[in-house]
This record gives sequence, structure tokens and C-alpha cells, in this order.
Amino acid sequence: MSLDFGPATALSCRECGTRYDLGPSFACLECFGPLEAAYSFGDVRREDIEAGPSNIWRYRSLLPVPADVATKPNMNPGWTKLVKAGNLGRALGLKSLYVKDDSGNPTHSFKDRVVAIAVEAARNFGFHTLSCSSTGNLAGAVTAAAARAGLDACVFIPADLEQAKIAMARVFGGRLIGIDGTYDEVNRFCSELIGDPLGDKWGFVNVNLRPYYAEGSKTLAYEIAEQLGWRLPEQIVIPIASGSQLTKIDKGFKELIALGLVEDRPYKVFGAQAQGCSPVSAAYKAGHDVVQPVRPDTIAKSLAIGNPADGPYVLDIARRTGGAVEDVTDAEIVEAIKLLASTEGIFAETAGGVTVGVLKKLTENGVLDPEAETVVLNTGDGLKTLDAVSGDAQPTAVIKPSLDAFRAAV
Amino acid sequence: MSVSVRIPTILRTYTGGNAEVSGEGATLRDVLAKLDSDYPGIGARILDESGKIRRFVNVYVGEEDVRFAEGLDTPAPDGVQISIIPAVAGG
Repeated sequence: MSLDFGPATALSCRECGTRYDLGPSFACLECFGPLEAAYSFGDVRREDIEAGPSNIWRYRSLLPVPADVATKPNMNPGWTKLVKAGNLGRALGLKSLYVKDDSGNPTHSFKDRVVAIAVEAARNFGFHTLSCSSTGNLAGAVTAAAARAGLDACVFIPADLEQAKIAMARVFGGRLIGIDGTYDEVNRFCSELIGDPLGDKWGFVNVNLRPYYAEGSKTLAYEIAEQLGWRLPEQIVIPIASGSQLTKIDKGFKELIALGLVEDRPYKVFGAQAQGCSPVSAAYKAGHDVVQPVRPDTIAKSLAIGNPADGPYVLDIARRTGGAVEDVTDAEIVEAIKLLASTEGIFAETAGGVTVGVLKKLTENGVLDPEAETVVLNTGDGLKTLDAVSGDAQPTAVIKPSLDAFRAAV
Repeated sequence: MSVSVRIPTILRTYTGGNAEVSGEGATLRDVLAKLDSDYPGIGARILDESGKIRRFVNVYVGEEDVRFAEGLDTPAPDGVQISIIPAVAGG
């Protein structure tokens, strides 16, 4: 089998640095640490990127994908809008605020970015079935991408997910298995399935393909920098579920600096969690460098990972960059969804309520610098978590179709 | 106390390819010590130099993540299944 992962040359253990050949493996044989893609980048220039397609493949020379990736059937995610959020900024007292709105992806969450990379890895390894453990958004991204790529899909979710996420995961075909348990239990199940003949030739995007999959989140960093005019933001607020996205955005910024594509200036990374699932925030506040798992209980189900594998790295990054990790209550999440919607016309899912809620809290606490250029991520679409707001989001009035009735109502 | 221990793929080189082996001990700590004497070297893959469970390993006694229980002092009742699983992430 001849593998083509473009500039990626090996897998390397993030903990102990042991290197391995590129393959469908995810844990270090020495220390169980997570493996990640290691590269030998060529000469990467801004103008070559700018001449590329309006999706993540403009950064293919920085990703573990073959050079001709854009010609293959895939979802072509990315290049979502970076919205200058003047109204929200004024409401919060932030001078220069942007929302990176990843609800604009093909299946309406940032997960299309990571899955697109995993699909290329699955093709490389000759897998016939695409699978995942999911808090919801990922399941839909995987089944859609599998349909486009001509692969089978079998995805696993906690059975109590939002109806919209269940429908979205199922409509693309493939098998959808609800598991009676939390996400962490689904994840454990998938880890055991991988070692079993039942899971032979399966690519679990976030397990055995994770070293490739996770790299897709770097494209958020690349896009934000390019959309700011090849400049790093000074502050960025990122949601934390497993912590992978935050970790890879930091990796993306560091690569841009190392390649000379942006000026090396300090940036601060802030992590956002829901109070009902805040193991990383709790560890940050307690000064710990390991994360004690929790049992999640929050409306932000897409972030409800009680045992976040990349939590220790999030703590390292927040501390290294001078950022912080904070959490907000479910009520604050709902208020933040409404605030973002009413100021910027962006309807975020609960995870976006978490980031905007934390943005507000950290601004009010004086932790965020109101003068600094700030980016907040919205990683999913409010239509998938309608229950969060549908209690209040009802008609202002229901009237007869007459002017008199309208006059009386307003 | 006799228990069964599920071995993850990456540690099966120690167990001759077996996905499940039998173990013995009153607590998880005892079970892991016995496991290491049966399959020399496997203990150091699960525990770090200071004897703590490595931060990227999850260990379950029955259905319980031992970090929710008493860690290495978690009791291992007769017949229970212990699972050793690499930490993974996603969402």
C-alpha cells in the first residue's frame, strides 16, 4: 500500500516524542500519549494559499492530505465567514471583535473540517467504513462525508441527543447507533470495538484516525489569520469539549509563525466550558495540571465530554499564552445565544452560547483586554439546539389579519 | 479474588495477543502488580515512574472509571472485569 499524506511524514507522540510510521494508530506504544502528525513543510507562500480554493484545501500544503485532495469527492468545508462584530463588541465594551462563524460549514458545524481530513486518511488506509463516537455534530458530519465519498458509515451517539442532531446523522444513510450512556461511555465502547474483529477495516475518525482528523482544526487558525490580513488575533475564545480544537488552533498559529506567514506576536488563548461540564475550567482554577473527570449535566451537549483527553494540553496552552479557562451556567448560555443573535444576526448552537457567554464574563471580570483584537468562535448552528431557546422564542403576538388587531397588539 | 482484565490492542504484545487475561488481587493496585509479574513490563506501560496511572490511560473496574472511585485503591470484587483503555477524544 502506498500512502500519500502530502507534507506529513510521521506520527509523533505528543508526550514523549517517540516517532512512528504513518498508520491508523493513535496512542504511543511507550506511554499511551496521543500521536499527532509531524511534517516536513516545503516553501509555503501566502500567494499560493490565496490562489487556492475557497475551502480548507487552500491549506493543503499544511495538512496531512495528498496534493490532489481537492479533486476527490469530499465536503469541501471551511473558509467560513469571519464576521466583524461591531454591535456585539459595543454591547460588551470590546473595541475590535470578530466572530468566526463555523455554522456555515456543509453540515453546519466545525466538524466538517476534521472529518474531511479523516476521509483522506480512510482512503489512504483502504478502510470501507467511517465511524465515530459523537456528541452529535460529528455524527452528522461523518455520515454526510461518507455518503459523498462512497464509504459505509456506522456512528455511535448517546441516545438522549437533540432530535435535530439525530435526524441529521441519520438522513445521509449509514447506521446510527444510540447508546444508553454518556459520551464518555460511547467513547469507551468505540475504543473496545477497535480492538475487535467487528471493527476491522473501520476508520473511527476520532479514535484510530484521530492524528489526522484532529489536524483539521488547524484550518480555523489559518483562516482566522488570513482573514485578519495575515495577522494573529491578540485574544481568542475557543470552546472546550475534548480540548482537541483549542490545542490544534494553537498549533496552527505556531506553524504560521514558524513558516514566516504571520508576524510573531503574542496571542492569548481562552477556553470556554459549560458549568455543567467544566472539568478543565475547574482544573485551571485549582492550579492543577491534570483533569479530574466529571459526569456532564448541561444543555451544551456538543461540549459534554466529562473526561477530556486533551484537557492537560489546554491547561498548558492557556497558562503559556497568558489566557484562562472559564465556564458559564446554562442560563448564561441561553442569554449569550440571544445576545449574539440580536446583535449580529448569528444563531449559534449552545456551544456558541458557551463561547460568547465566556467572552462576556471574562470581559466583565477584566480578564480580557477590551482594547485588544479579539476573536470568538461559533462552532455550530442554533437550528440543531432549538430547545435551548424555543421556550422564549415564540411569536410576539398572534392576531387576526387586520390593521386594528395589529395596532392593538403593538 | 479472581478477576478478568481486558487488554488494549497496543499492550497485547505482552499477553501473547490475548485480549483478555485473568488476574488476581483485592484492589486494582494488587491486580496490576500481579499482572506485571505474569506479563513482565506491562505494569510500567500503565503506571508512570511515580506509580500513578498514566494520564492518557483510563482504567475501569466494572463500569466505573477508577478516577471516580478510589484510583489504584479501588476494590476489585471477585469476578469483576477490569478494562484498560487508551484515552481518546472527539466530540
